Amino acid sequence: MLPAAEKVITRNWGKPDSWTLEAYRKSGGYQSLEKALGMSPQAVTDEVKKSNLRGRGGAGFPTGLKWSFVPKDSPKPKYLAVNADESEPGTFKDRYILENDPHMLLEGIAIAAFALGVHTAYIYARGEFKFPTQRLQGAVDEAYQAGFFGPSMLGKGFALDVYVVRGAGAYICGEETGMLESLEGKKGWPRLKPPFPAVVGLFGSPTVVNNVETLASVPAILEHGAAWYAKLGTEKSGGTKLICLSGSVKRPGVFEISMRTTVRQLIEDERYGQGMPAGRKVKAVIPGGSSAPVLAANELDVELEFEALKKVDNMAGSGGVIVMDDTTCMVRSLWRVIRFYAEESCGQCTPCREGGGWLEKILERIERGQGRESDLDLLMDVCDNISPGVAWPPAQTTICVLGPSMPPAVAAGIQMFRDEYLTHVREGRCPFPPDRLLLRLARV
Amino acid sequence: MSKRAKPAAPAPETAAPATAAPAAETAVPAAELVAVRLTKRPLLTESGVGTAPPPPDSGDGASVNITIDGRPVQAKAGQWIIQAADDVGVYIPRFCYHPRMKPVGMCRMCLVEVEGPRGSSLMPACYNAVSEGMEIKTASEKATKAQEGVLEFLLVNHPLDCPVCDKGGECPLQDQTLAYGPGESRFVEEKRHWEKPIPISDLVYLDRERCIQCGRCVRFADEVAGDALIDFAQRGDQTEVATFPGEPYSSYFSGNVVQICPVGALTAKPYRFKARPWDLDQVESTCTTCSVGCRAALQSSSGELTRLIGVDSDPVNWGWLCDKGRFAYASSTSPSRIAVPMVRRGDELVEASWADALSAAAAGLEAARNAGGGSSIGIIGGARLSNEDAYVWAKVARTVLGTDNVDAQLGDGLPAETVLGLPRATIDQTASAPLVITLGPDIKDELAVLYLRLRHAVRENGTQLIELTPAPTGLSPYAAETLIYRPGEAATLAAAIASGAPVTGDVAGVAYGTVEAVRAHVDRSAKMARPGAPSIVVILGRPSLAESDDQIAAAARILADLPGVAFLPALRRGNVNGALDLGLAPGVLPGRVGLEQGRAWYEHHWGADLPEQRGLDTAGMLTAAARGHIGALVLVGADPIADFPDSNVALKGLLGSRFLVAVDTHITESVRRADVILPAAAWSERRGTFTNIEGRISWLSQLVTDHGVAWPDWMIASELAARLGVDLGYSSLEDIWDEVTRLSPLHAGAGYDLISGQQARDGVMVPLVGAGAESRSPRPLDPMADPGIASAELHKLSPTALLVAAVAMEPEANGNGARSGSAGDLASGGERPTSATAGPVAEDREAALPPPAKPARLGLPAVPPPSANAPSAPREGSLRLVSRRTLWDGGTQVQAVAALADLHPEPAVRVHPSVLAGLGVAHGESVRVTSAKGSLTLPAVADGAIPPGTAVLPWNLPGARAADLIDSSSPATEVRVESAASDGGDGHG
Repeated sequence: MLPAAEKVITRNWGKPDSWTLEAYRKSGGYQSLEKALGMSPQAVTDEVKKSNLRGRGGAGFPTGLKWSFVPKDSPKPKYLAVNADESEPGTFKDRYILENDPHMLLEGIAIAAFALGVHTAYIYARGEFKFPTQRLQGAVDEAYQAGFFGPSMLGKGFALDVYVVRGAGAYICGEETGMLESLEGKKGWPRLKPPFPAVVGLFGSPTVVNNVETLASVPAILEHGAAWYAKLGTEKSGGTKLICLSGSVKRPGVFEISMRTTVRQLIEDERYGQGMPAGRKVKAVIPGGSSAPVLAANELDVELEFEALKKVDNMAGSGGVIVMDDTTCMVRSLWRVIRFYAEESCGQCTPCREGGGWLEKILERIERGQGRESDLDLLMDVCDNISPGVAWPPAQTTICVLGPSMPPAVAAGIQMFRDEYLTHVREGRCPFPPDRLLLRLARV
Repeated sequence: MSKRAKPAAPAPETAAPATAAPAAETAVPAAELVAVRLTKRPLLTESGVGTAPPPPDSGDGASVNITIDGRPVQAKAGQWIIQAADDVGVYIPRFCYHPRMKPVGMCRMCLVEVEGPRGSSLMPACYNAVSEGMEIKTASEKATKAQEGVLEFLLVNHPLDCPVCDKGGECPLQDQTLAYGPGESRFVEEKRHWEKPIPISDLVYLDRERCIQCGRCVRFADEVAGDALIDFAQRGDQTEVATFPGEPYSSYFSGNVVQICPVGALTAKPYRFKARPWDLDQVESTCTTCSVGCRAALQSSSGELTRLIGVDSDPVNWGWLCDKGRFAYASSTSPSRIAVPMVRRGDELVEASWADALSAAAAGLEAARNAGGGSSIGIIGGARLSNEDAYVWAKVARTVLGTDNVDAQLGDGLPAETVLGLPRATIDQTASAPLVITLGPDIKDELAVLYLRLRHAVRENGTQLIELTPAPTGLSPYAAETLIYRPGEAATLAAAIASGAPVTGDVAGVAYGTVEAVRAHVDRSAKMARPGAPSIVVILGRPSLAESDDQIAAAARILADLPGVAFLPALRRGNVNGALDLGLAPGVLPGRVGLEQGRAWYEHHWGADLPEQRGLDTAGMLTAAARGHIGALVLVGADPIADFPDSNVALKGLLGSRFLVAVDTHITESVRRADVILPAAAWSERRGTFTNIEGRISWLSQLVTDHGVAWPDWMIASELAARLGVDLGYSSLEDIWDEVTRLSPLHAGAGYDLISGQQARDGVMVPLVGAGAESRSPRPLDPMADPGIASAELHKLSPTALLVAAVAMEPEANGNGARSGSAGDLASGGERPTSATAGPVAEDREAALPPPAKPARLGLPAVPPPSANAPSAPREGSLRLVSRRTLWDGGTQVQAVAALADLHPEPAVRVHPSVLAGLGVAHGESVRVTSAKGSLTLPAVADGAIPPGTAVLPWNLPGARAADLIDSSSPATEVRVESAASDGGDGHG
């Protein structure tokens, strides 16, 4: 039976002027902040730890634990960097938060800053987020006027400045150290780790990097208590989850779901996807953003939760669920995904820079009917050279995980749809109707 | 033969020394045989570096036990894996890693398999540190697969145009592909295309198709040189190295990016398509373009010089060269080179035989000596000479010509007795001192590679830098304090810093608060004193040619009383330090010995009376000559008209001398006026030794034969002496240097065996300390960091040692000319026959008299009287002139190389904006600058960093010679600046 989902993040969405301070306060907004300011910073961190909140940016790292890594006695200033560079294909949940309820994020930032002893926070927004950034900036201005930000938070003497920074259109700036470089005004090239940002982050100072949805979850934790939040989720992962459903479903969109929800339920349920368009059947589903391997039609009963997906060698990632129906060419869709990564590779590490471009060229060749049977093995071996064993977490063949994000998708595509690849090769053409847009966009 | 020819087996400690003949045992594995064969025959002349063991564990760091490929070894804690492997002779392939730069982990070529607590994993060896118990496998199946994978990736977009690529044959990408790459590529698609080479500066071309994005060049420009003018643009496989729009990669150090590029992406204009690496002959030598003494490999093809590559000498240049040093070698074949001796017939110089020219020179000198005595003869110059040449000239002057009028400096340096008497610091000591004070030239322009070392010291070692300077310098951005004093008043400023007296008001134009800040730095540094190392190092040179040297000498003497202080001389010209050390200065005998202190010793051993009087310096000689008191001047590589600060005095002096001999390599304004011109061998055409700013003596090697009929200077001096009736008895350099080490208290023990042996790369410091020289062995070179250098040492670690050795390096095929070993070169040398066969004249005297005691070296000079020769207050409306050299200028060497001749800045005078506002002149408009000596018309540049009372004009730029304005008799030259438009004046007055 489909579990009911509490509305935690989305509770104000759709209400009139939900993005304004007035509307947010009407629904009890900023009371959690007041509550937090009455607690000790350590108590706030402990509460977040107990809530089992895990990072919503993709890696699912426990948030409270991350906060506790920041050195307490650093002589340097500490920073909070909020990752709003949401750029993964099929992922668009943070954008909804920024547009519909930016104050929930800002309250989360204020609470986190207090807990961490941070007096400067940066929100790094995706370059293409022009409208969401306007909404966000409006909310930041309101928060300053209302005394949540500025020299003395709610008159309690805690100073916090919050700056909104818009990127310039690079996916890699969503990688946390790439983002820090970009915030420093440099090219968004991920840094060697260690040192990790908690120790040496922004401007060489200890820095916590959190995702938008993660921080937006914090006010509810303070409001209802860690136990309540933990209970919403699974044993190791508290709370609800935002899912971005796209592709071949009747009702795509952003939904707040219980992590007990399966992929099939998400697609079929009336509250969510409402099933496939007439006459279409599920062919494959990407469950956690474009770098997650595809699930086949017979694998849809897995719960959309970190541990459950990990058990089937998949990942919950950033919550982007993409549904492909039986009219989808798997070669073309993989080419499309790999083209994205090749284009967005920062160019630092050889395996990602050259391997990505090579994978894309091979896939394009197969799609255009010029493939060879040996290309399937070649694709697999190139993947193995990008990320040996195609394992997760990847070996240190690259500085960041952008490069190693490609092989799982390629490997799953080839293993599950080998016949479709071979059909392309043997018939010397793609058996599906052409997609003019994609062919026109081909980089070569 | 195995494709993966990893020469892990012959680790340095097992390799045989180059000089010993290892027993050729048939049981030795092939890999070791080749390595032994290569080390037995060092490809690198003179150095013998093939035998260098790895640097000893410094001892201060803890060590950890690790295994590399199953072999248990000790590594220094905190070392990167790749360094630990290098130290024990295990080579891990690499591209982006460079031992002189921070790791970036970009190329991923150095992936190795590491067994750790959580199982085995691949790690880049360049930025993962060793830890206790680590098991490193550099050639396991996993590591091999990863390395092959990375190489295949690197070649995906590489054009493989090796047959037309300059790098082909010395290319790390080629070499490592051969040794570590897959046999063939599976890439069948179209490669990335870029426009073929595009110029990124006046000297460097970039071929982006060949680039493998290792970032060495980008990192060098930013991290090492501080000229972040190239960077990566675009992303993914479209990533390219690029300059910023409209801004070329103008750097004094641009050639280094060519040197460290591991592919043929960056090429230097002068070398493009000149040679193939396998046709190159090579010697290791020392750059003499300035006095830093950078180690370098000089290469030629078919007898023509082709290239100079920096060699990593740990105490000196770290492998870097400035562009002037790197490209100036071509000056030896310029049209202005003197090919044959010439003798004046009336108004004309006509070619002559050596015999006729030497006779004419000797006759002129003899006539002068007979007419006015030895003191009517002067010798100007010597910085171009080797140490041996300098010694012979110093001896000829005192014993044959009978004059102490010798000066290797052209009034552009500092009084020799001051400089030679100060306690000395090495470059390493400077770079590790808590406090460095500069009182000298713009080091970035005049001693460029020293600038790199200082910049590194400030950024990485926490060295505090204080500048005492009349105008900002290239180091100012890195200085804790830049004290801009009024030209001519350095001694006043130094006194204020050194004394404890309270400061009120400004000192020499410097705010008192700043002076007190510097005092605080000095006090703090004094507390950080370390045994055996100076806590304060003063880099001492001439801050401006428009202020006199005595103020600087006085300032230096005052600073010498600071606690824990030592000095690094910044006398910039070639081997000027060697020339001074060997007695080419008035009042100074070889070995930093005063004329009187050394008189008995040298009269005894030289077998001749020394001049009674302390002689004249260059200014004194030129002034005396202008008054008709000089019968003959010998210019030994000197061009006073261009280089003496006051061109008026220089010209009158040369005209006033009744007889003028020039011994030089190039025709200059001064040489043109000589009565006899004797062609000297250039740097690349002779052997000898060189002394750098520290007092470090290193080898100069001959690579090509003399241009025309030029001779080495020592031979010219000896022949002149012979024609004046004195046979010095020298038939080789060895004869001379034996005498130097026997007589000079500074050079005792520093024989050729030491200089050319183990220490060749790093030279030896004189005076020798302790039992011999510095005990450390030269740092081993990294074969992929130093592509293009041919040396046994590099080949020993090189990934392709086996393959290359088998194909191209059969010992017999390589035994010609310059690549042969040092011993042969030293012994045979190709000396010219000389007439000297009789024994030294000195023998009688030595036998007759009891030998006097060896003289002591010069000590601290006396403290000069306060404010001696201080300038009077500036006149109303006048500015004090500052004139300093720029790297690119109108100098003979720079102008003789086509690629460099036009790199100099456009002449302009820099003044404070208020000066221009007062004149009603806009930035960039012409002004007339007038002094008591002359006038120049040139554009004015407003510069807020220059004090309102100062005008800055670069020295010796084509079309604007500051020497025409400078009054060398005045402590500070004053100039008036006027609008050139107002009176329509045309300049030169």
